[in-house]
Amino acid sequence: MTQILSLIQSAIIFGTVIMFGALGEILTEKSGNLNLGVPGIMSLGAIGSLMGAFWYEQYTASPSPALCLIISFVTAMLFSLAGGLIYSFITITLRANQNVTGLTLTIFGCGFANFFGGSLNKLAGGVGQISLPVTSKAYRAVIPFLSNIPIIKNIGWLVYVGIILAFVLQHWLFRSRSGLNLRAVGENPATADAAGINVIKYKYLSTCAGAMISGIGGLFYIMDYIKGTWASDGGIEALGWLAVALVIFATWRPRSAIWGSYLFGLLSWMYYYIGGLTRSTSELFKTLPYVVTIAVLIFVSLRRKKENLGPSALGLSYFREER
Amino acid sequence: MNEHKPFVHIVKRTDIKWWKAWIIRLVSVIAALIVCAAIIYAIVKLNPLKVYASMWSGAFGTKRRSWVTVRDTMMLLCIGVGLAPAFKMRFWNIGAEGQILIGGVATAACMIFLGNLMPTWLLLIVMLASSIIAGAVWGIIPALFKARWNTNETLFTLMMNYVAIQLTSFFVSLWEHPAGSNSVGIINQSGKEGWFPALLGNQYTLNVVIVGILTLGMFVYLRYSKHGYEIAIVGESERTARYAGINVKRVILRTMCLSGAICGVSGFIAVAGSSHTISTATAGGRGFTAIIVAWLAKFNTFVMILISLLLVFLEAGAGQIASDYNLNEYAGKIIIGIILFFILGSEFFINYRLVFRRKESAR
Repeated sequence: MTQILSLIQSAIIFGTVIMFGALGEILTEKSGNLNLGVPGIMSLGAIGSLMGAFWYEQYTASPSPALCLIISFVTAMLFSLAGGLIYSFITITLRANQNVTGLTLTIFGCGFANFFGGSLNKLAGGVGQISLPVTSKAYRAVIPFLSNIPIIKNIGWLVYVGIILAFVLQHWLFRSRSGLNLRAVGENPATADAAGINVIKYKYLSTCAGAMISGIGGLFYIMDYIKGTWASDGGIEALGWLAVALVIFATWRPRSAIWGSYLFGLLSWMYYYIGGLTRSTSELFKTLPYVVTIAVLIFVSLRRKKENLGPSALGLSYFREER
Repeated sequence: MNEHKPFVHIVKRTDIKWWKAWIIRLVSVIAALIVCAAIIYAIVKLNPLKVYASMWSGAFGTKRRSWVTVRDTMMLLCIGVGLAPAFKMRFWNIGAEGQILIGGVATAACMIFLGNLMPTWLLLIVMLASSIIAGAVWGIIPALFKARWNTNETLFTLMMNYVAIQLTSFFVSLWEHPAGSNSVGIINQSGKEGWFPALLGNQYTLNVVIVGILTLGMFVYLRYSKHGYEIAIVGESERTARYAGINVKRVILRTMCLSGAICGVSGFIAVAGSSHTISTATAGGRGFTAIIVAWLAKFNTFVMILISLLLVFLEAGAGQIASDYNLNEYAGKIIIGIILFFILGSEFFINYRLVFRRKESAR
């Protein structure tokens, strides 16, 4: 029983990382931008939060948790916004290919994060592993009246922020005028343009906002998932690709990303709790989330239901004079 | 009516002289190097020129380093060559990483289990064949679904990478040697069964020969063969292709089979001709970098040589900086990222022209 409880708990925490990543990517893709730079942006968000918190905790005798939260959150947002801006400028304004730009952003972002994550302590003249006890603790604070319920008693508050955000995004995308405009841009930018929607503005805003949301995933990874340290082991990158997978799995619906992310978490951690697995067979078990995503991808294309297929203009640059 | 004119508007270029395009690209690379220099200076407070000199020595400083640079260039080039036909068909094969790994796993399996059973030349042929088959299978699975049900290939091939990575981990822990090390170690270290033999006094000659043949072959295939023509038509417009009587499904399957097979071969080269081991780092992100190589070269395999060399040079050079100045090796990824951003952005100025508003309205 305790095993199952702790499996569910790891699944939720794991899932929240990719949920943020996927929510940001859903918002981005709804504008027709397929951003394969999500792993890079999540890495940027992660290193942003790490650097902000590190400088503050390093140079303050008794850092206050509230300031820790604010500083690391702001730096994480700035870094991931920078990633989003680079991508937007190159693909929207300069009309470069989205896949290639996204992959480059992943190379850059992961390299940048691993570079500074690995040498931040050295550059500051310290030794050993980075640790951010105060900030990490502030992010892992539980909501008081929920702390008596068995499964979720150790779940940090950002998990709930993720769930709320998913509902807000769902409502905004499908129940508001500006959400409708955004979807129109992603489906058919030329028509949206003719209807008087500022295509460039929508693409920029949704891509940058999406990048910031994905960046929270990186922040959550650092502060909660690995508890305020750094590991240059490609962990964020792998989770970033899972976030891209989750977008497909959720068929571009923010609300479905909630249970989808927890399911991915369960599938990813199951090997740990199933008895009788050797180290090699547990590696096979870890393919499950990807195999399930492929299955969903095939299933969706078999059914050919328009609303499950994602935005029609996904991956295409828009040039007004080319219509 | 001056006030109704925008300050700047963008016009598509229909023709640009090839030398002009190359000047624009060169300028973008130089601009990128200046930006990188500024960043290097900001971080390590060192003279960037000295740092670049140290990069040069890292890539070409000794004979051995030069050969390692050549080896890595060939590897990246091989993957790029494999991706070229798929991309020319507008089939987004993001799955090179997985195809390389599967090819590498097949190669390693042959080395481990058949190493003592046959002479080296036969073993090498069997290894090559199995890596081709493994890569082709990995490439053709997404193609089948694309051809039959129009399943999104970008995302499908992306997922296949991770399945391949986990499969590789599975085989690594299955074949681990010595037990508990969680790595395969150097395969056949004593007898060198299945290793590329040194030709003309150099260990990596065979790598160059194989990749050279593939590069030339792919250039001819894409430009002068009927298949290449069909690939180009399908890439331009599937409907046109169908109207012209081309069997689109067959072209997709055939091309992805070829693309996956060549990526599989690069796994073979990586294992048998370079690292002599297999791990999830055998592909090491090159499958993704090669996508950028293939795209920037516009599927011209000879241009790919240049771009691969540039990227490998940067990577090797950055590694040298890292060890010279006690930084970590990821510095190279930052520099590569910045340079690629600039080259990608520069394509805009090749494809489009900016027209500024004139002071007086021209009649």
